[in-house]
Amino acid sequence: MSALDAAVRIAYRRRASPLHAARATVVAAYGGALALSALLLENPILLTALLAAVLLAAALAGVGRRLRGAARASVLPLLIATVLINVLVSRGGLTVFARLGEWGVLGQVDLTLEAVVYGLVFGLRLLVVALACLLVVCAADPDELLLALRRVSPHSALTAALATRMVGVLGQDARRLAEAQRCRADGPARGTRARIAVLRATVQGALDRALDVAAVLEMRGYGAGRRGPGARHARSRHDIAFASAAVGLLALVAAARASGAAMFTAYPLVSMAGGGATILAALALLAVTLAPFADRRGIEP
Amino acid sequence: MSALRFEHVGYSYAGAAAPALRDVSLTIAPGEFCVLAGRSGSGKSTLLRAAAALVPHFHGGSFSGRVAVAGLDTREATPADIGALAGTLLQDPETQVVMNTVRAELALAVENLGLGAGAVARAVEEAALALGIGELLDRPTSELSGGELQRVALGAALVSRPRLVLLDEPTSQLDPVAGDELIWQLRRLNQESDTAVLLIEHRLERCLGAADRVIAMDKGAIAFDGDPGGFLEWAAREERSLQTPAARLIEGAGLAPPPAGVKQARATLRRRGLLPAPPVPGEKAASGAQKPGRPRWSGRRAKGPQPALEMRGVWHELREGPAVLRGVDFSMQAGETVVLMGRNGAGKSTLLRHAGGLLAPTRGTVRPSGRVALLLQNPSDYLLHERVSEEAPPEALELLGLGALADRHPRDLSGGERQRLALAIVLGGSAPAAVLALDEPTRGMDRAAKGELARWLRDRAGEGSAVLVATHDAEFAASFAGRAVLMADGRVIADGPVQEILAGGWYFATETARILDGAGGVLLPEQGAALLRAAREAPAVIEEVAPRR
Repeated sequence: MSALDAAVRIAYRRRASPLHAARATVVAAYGGALALSALLLENPILLTALLAAVLLAAALAGVGRRLRGAARASVLPLLIATVLINVLVSRGGLTVFARLGEWGVLGQVDLTLEAVVYGLVFGLRLLVVALACLLVVCAADPDELLLALRRVSPHSALTAALATRMVGVLGQDARRLAEAQRCRADGPARGTRARIAVLRATVQGALDRALDVAAVLEMRGYGAGRRGPGARHARSRHDIAFASAAVGLLALVAAARASGAAMFTAYPLVSMAGGGATILAALALLAVTLAPFADRRGIEP
Repeated sequence: MSALRFEHVGYSYAGAAAPALRDVSLTIAPGEFCVLAGRSGSGKSTLLRAAAALVPHFHGGSFSGRVAVAGLDTREATPADIGALAGTLLQDPETQVVMNTVRAELALAVENLGLGAGAVARAVEEAALALGIGELLDRPTSELSGGELQRVALGAALVSRPRLVLLDEPTSQLDPVAGDELIWQLRRLNQESDTAVLLIEHRLERCLGAADRVIAMDKGAIAFDGDPGGFLEWAAREERSLQTPAARLIEGAGLAPPPAGVKQARATLRRRGLLPAPPVPGEKAASGAQKPGRPRWSGRRAKGPQPALEMRGVWHELREGPAVLRGVDFSMQAGETVVLMGRNGAGKSTLLRHAGGLLAPTRGTVRPSGRVALLLQNPSDYLLHERVSEEAPPEALELLGLGALADRHPRDLSGGERQRLALAIVLGGSAPAAVLALDEPTRGMDRAAKGELARWLRDRAGEGSAVLVATHDAEFAASFAGRAVLMADGRVIADGPVQEILAGGWYFATETARILDGAGGVLLPEQGAALLRAAREAPAVIEEVAPRR
């Protein structure tokens, strides 16, 4: 599956889950809290708990498979590259397990256990942040999000909504172009010049699409700049549950950091908290994140 | 106050050699239903874009004269201002829909008018109810079919209750059922809300019956402006490619006046005693007449030498999705001309992709006897280079009549020329393809271009290629095909001579067949006219050939 295919497949679709039943801004806040927690934590035990929490939340929301597919296609290659680069360029560790000699501009390259561990921790954080964002993409209605955001920044909000929509349209265009190239009597494009021609045609097609969409937006009165007052809806039980989970998660992370249960240092030697308090914090992270999924009343679309 | 007024409007696109509009003056009153007719490149779409203020604001170029929408001058107002008064629907539904759900799409236009949440919600509900898309409101727009997408785009154009609706070939991607539904929904809205409609349509037989007025364009100028009857008389004299099949049928039979639709044509024939009596169920067919044979249903196996294309039990099942093809058995011989018809989503395009090797069946086998040249729906997807001569070998360009255009840029070609260039690309310069497969090749083509394409396809079949075409256009199908295959829900539901399949239906039938109720299996106006002339000389003929169902 290509990254573009993965992006197309991960688009929002209303499902019967407590997360989908919450309003888009609450889903965004819940995903944001998960991502922020990953950025605030370095302890591998707590990060692993957070990764498990995001994956379980995705599974309980019915988007686990799509999330894993998208992560495999677009996040994992980045993660592997991050770990490798950190191992090669880091100079902080003391436990050397391989000496690779002089590497040109990199100088003397020594591989250290600490660099590997820090690379893995950093990759784990990236992975949790990416998965949390993908969870929001899968579970938050982008139109509802647009409606909420346009009160703050209408043009940015519409650009974001259009981008979400155009990813799908351009993905279909790309598939169509690829099919047309396979139908040519002289076969699909080969060689650099031919590939540049395909790229030029693709860009031209995307620009044509963008112009068409811009014309439609003009005609729908987007440029008129008139905005009416927004609608007010009562908070559902799921809005309250997921908003509370987001607040609880951040509070828990703050407490873990303050108490030392989240302690982790990679350099010069790896040192981390791993006692009962840390295990308890990890379990609490899981419980707080997944608790809103226990209530399945009123989740049908 | 008029809904739309053009005063001596002239317009040239930037860098264009000839003007797209020349001294156009017209007035459309509130509540008028106007059809804008003309050959490809006659300036229809430009006129529509000028009414929407996209010309000149969006497209630039050189503009003269004055266009006013409900009194608002488009030189001073922006397209967004005009958008509050005029709803516009262009050809491609994919780019007409910008939001992620149908509800948000409908809401966008009214939110931009500054209405409150309650008014927006009410407008969305009303538009959805009026267009019968209430059940789609919470569906993602990415999951809608072409027909559903076009209805949603129409809803978005109508949701603000505009005084004028501008539509550029809104039915070009729809099957006959959805196309007819869309036209009658427009007519109903026009009658109930006094909304003026300006509609561009190549298949005039589809909309003349609903129109109050027809405006015909030629080379950027208005060539005719009057009622549908007057238009058909003008077309018979001045521009025969704009005649409807019904008008050609009645004219060919030596009758008058030219009819605007099936109902008027049948009334003319009934007055002359030439209309076949309604068939009586169970009554035996009269002997001696040209009788349609029994329809042969799916599973038909072509006899003779090795087929040019053979499909056996072909299934195409999507992962976590429905089955698009369900056990299709289909074969065709060299030199055969076959048309694939059916509703949007019936599986026609998927079947062609299997024939062309773009898809592999999840079950079953596809066996072509040689190369399959497959032309997909959008010819522009095939164009990669800066010059026509770089796209295809010279012999293929000559075969398609493009030799003289070898130095042109492919994207500067007209729609019909692009279609032929794409055909040259898939045909190549090697030996003729065993199968020539085309998916909806007539979208946006005028009748003259369709006639040329039909002739070209018959020539290729004459040279031994099997020709397989998916289309919604029954008139085009009847003009080239010898056999018709009707698909529904991924299955072949009818397969037989084109006279059998396209003569007896309501939707998958030509206008001539609908007027004559399938008599004699005739499909084309010229055949029908010959039948009517024979009937005038020997009145029993029509009775004898009336179909017995």
